[in-house]
Amino acid sequence: MQASETRNSNGLDQFCSALEARPGLSILDFSGASQSTISFITDYGHRLYSDDFGHQLDHCFGTTGEFYENQSNPLLVSRFLGAAMDFEEQSFDGALVWDSLQFLTPMLLQNVVGRLHRILRPGSSLLAVFHADERVEDIPTWSYRIQDRKTVVMAHRTQRRPAQVFNNRSLEKLFQDFSSVKFFLTRDHLREVLVRR
Amino acid sequence: MSTQPTRAIEPVFESARPGGPAVLGKSVVVKGQIIAGEDLTIDGEADGTVELQEHRLTVGPNGKVMAAVKAREVVVIGTLHGNVETRDKIQIRKGATLVGDIRTARIEIEDGAYFKGNIDIIRTEPKIAPSPQPKPQGSVPIVTQTTAAAGSGGSSHGGGSSEFKPEFKR
Repeated sequence: MQASETRNSNGLDQFCSALEARPGLSILDFSGASQSTISFITDYGHRLYSDDFGHQLDHCFGTTGEFYENQSNPLLVSRFLGAAMDFEEQSFDGALVWDSLQFLTPMLLQNVVGRLHRILRPGSSLLAVFHADERVEDIPTWSYRIQDRKTVVMAHRTQRRPAQVFNNRSLEKLFQDFSSVKFFLTRDHLREVLVRR
Repeated sequence: MSTQPTRAIEPVFESARPGGPAVLGKSVVVKGQIIAGEDLTIDGEADGTVELQEHRLTVGPNGKVMAAVKAREVVVIGTLHGNVETRDKIQIRKGATLVGDIRTARIEIEDGAYFKGNIDIIRTEPKIAPSPQPKPQGSVPIVTQTTAAAGSGGSSHGGGSSEFKPEFKR
């Protein structure tokens, strides 16, 4: 059985404030479709675009030791971006990317963050999660299911070495094209980041 | 050299069980438009469009459907690539794959299913019930405009008559 944890999320709480403004928003969720997240977002009257970013990463770059080496293969990168990031400009009012960005090598990460900036409308929010413990080698990857606006159920998927470890300074640099970056440090070595486009 | 004329092969529609849904078996490949007036299970391959406005489409465990789908209800157990519009609900079962945009009144998705696309929930206003219409005699036929390739498994059908203009490849 898949192990899961339930945790409070202040980042999600703030992300959800924007959802209450008006119905009919377009929200991007990279955690893979789950009944609870679908119900939560669509109950607001919003449209949800769902994809499993981790599945796309595994599908394009493999699950073996060459996972990061493959991310420098232009053909594979092109295939990945076409499969996972092919959206029209300013087509979303919010993005839940969860922990997916920490498994991208620096060059691909820049590319993906640049695309996220382009596909989000001005004023919209992006919620991401980064592991905050620099000492560990492998970290768990999770699928995130929204239970309510302050609670996320995290189902364990696998263990993976992060491509790089981020601190507040490197995250500010990563999201420098966005208008603001807000950090939420938690007790479980996760750093929630709420970015405003 | 053979002078035998090429004979068109008529698809065999048989009821899987009396009164049960029409079934396109796992060795059946259909290309084109499928319009059905009864529940339909596709356990083979279908490429094109599928319309079952008042009925349920089930994509079986072996089913590979690449089609725009309109139905009252859709159950995906196998693989479906295409936009789906359902008046009632869509169920995506564990192990199923659905890539495409969904417009539906309700959605049920099991853990272990893969979905990629937009989800739009249709919220219908309650309407005044229309006066009842006389029911047509017999079931509404399945109509297909297809280029189809059938293997040995054939297809089966639960009672409705059918109009089928296929070209078969073997």
